[in-house]
Amino acid sequence: MSVELLPDGRKRIRAPLSDEDVRQLQAGDVVLVSGVVYAARDAAHKRMIELLDAGEPLPFDPAGQIVYYVGPTPEKPGHVIGSAGPTTASRMDRYTPRLLELGVKGMIGKGGRGPTVREALKRHTAVYMAALGGGGALAALQIRAQRVIAFEDLGPEAVRELEVEDLPVWVVNDCEGRDFYEQAVAPWRKEELLPEEFRLGAPR
Amino acid sequence: MGQVREVDAAEITRAVRELCMEINYKVPEDMAAAIRRAREKEESPIGRQILDLLIRNQELAAQGEYPYCQDTGYTVVFIDVGQDVHIVGADLTDAINEGVRSGYRDAYLRASIVADPVFERRNTGDNTPAFIHTRIVPGDQIRIQVDAKGGGSENKGRHAMLKPSDGLEGVKSFVLRTVAEAGPDACPPGIIGVGIGGNFEYAAILAKRALMRKVGQPHPDPRVAELEAELFEKCNALGIGPQSLGGTQTVLAVHVETMATHIASLPVAVNIECHAHRTGTRVI
Ligand code: SF4
Repeated sequence: MSVELLPDGRKRIRAPLSDEDVRQLQAGDVVLVSGVVYAARDAAHKRMIELLDAGEPLPFDPAGQIVYYVGPTPEKPGHVIGSAGPTTASRMDRYTPRLLELGVKGMIGKGGRGPTVREALKRHTAVYMAALGGGGALAALQIRAQRVIAFEDLGPEAVRELEVEDLPVWVVNDCEGRDFYEQAVAPWRKEELLPEEFRLGAPR
Repeated sequence: MGQVREVDAAEITRAVRELCMEINYKVPEDMAAAIRRAREKEESPIGRQILDLLIRNQELAAQGEYPYCQDTGYTVVFIDVGQDVHIVGADLTDAINEGVRSGYRDAYLRASIVADPVFERRNTGDNTPAFIHTRIVPGDQIRIQVDAKGGGSENKGRHAMLKPSDGLEGVKSFVLRTVAEAGPDACPPGIIGVGIGGNFEYAAILAKRALMRKVGQPHPDPRVAELEAELFEKCNALGIGPQSLGGTQTVLAVHVETMATHIASLPVAVNIECHAHRTGTRVI
């Protein structure tokens, strides 16, 4: 069991995650991520897909794993890592369904996902979570170890194995198609102050 | 004509280097104050929690161990060179880039620039080149403002060549749509820089320059200031809130700059700054 319910209602997760684990995570849940996550962002995703197209394996076994969209700053002497907050997830939308097919169960980034990824999350029982965008210094404190495991030449975009402890995230898109951003924003819209064209639905 | 004053390019390098090293760890006081004001005004509990976290992130970064954000940005340099200045010792562009290179290296900042946009996208390894806007102005001083501009918020900027008949309402709607579509991706709450008028490229530069103003300082023209106030209220009425998790504080300020334009045109550009607003100025 990789999902632990804490007394304050938050949930602690640790990869590898099973379908059963993912089904316990709902849009809006506050989750603490512990254990191993794999850091990969734009250039690393492009290379991973090229590897797959060439029939090669990924730099890590994706089954049940969590991918963190992050490119950290270089660590100062004596530190494990530099600043390490999330980057915009939608830039990875093009690559994500392929990784979900291979068994990746969770992703951490910031910002919304497109309809194709949301559908793929349902189809493959996976979850997308957001960490504090721009909270890079705070995130660094939750990271216990880092190791570059592939594409070192990409510098900040290399694939890293990170060991994290209680990295706080929100579940944005769960495996049942819910979207926390939509739910969260709607009650705060002041329709009466907005021009006509902004009143119906929430353009995002 | 005044006396020609010689300025050693090494002084420019030093100023740029020091600014890069400082701003990535220490948010300017006007921005810190704007975040604190937003914390006071925010009505949504989750929004207040987020703003508290951002304040903690600021305090932690200011201790100098971890940059405020891992995206230490495009290095944008606004340099106003007095026309009575003679720069000696090195090429101005090289002097600026050398400041970026050494500042980013020695302050453990991320190299986030690729050498070409669509071919190999190879990281230059030292965050150069800087994106430089030079003006020749009266006087014998050099004013340098450096901005570390996050890519996530930069990506959410928009530009449009509206029709004159779209008028002020068209401009407002374009700004609101841009902020609404940016949503969580631009790490709200931030600053909205709007450039209206000029031509295709001037509108964008106006929008970026608008972000360089002290946060929340109104435009001196009362008509523009009124537009800023209205856009501020409407952007916040979108309900996006901190991190787009709902709330009343979506933007900390809207800054508008305008200029003359063509009888056929109404250019508008919106440049979004995230809560990681990192800028500083030196005068030589
Ligand atoms: S948009 Fe700004 S705050 Fe967010 S990750 Fe990028 S630089 Fe940091």
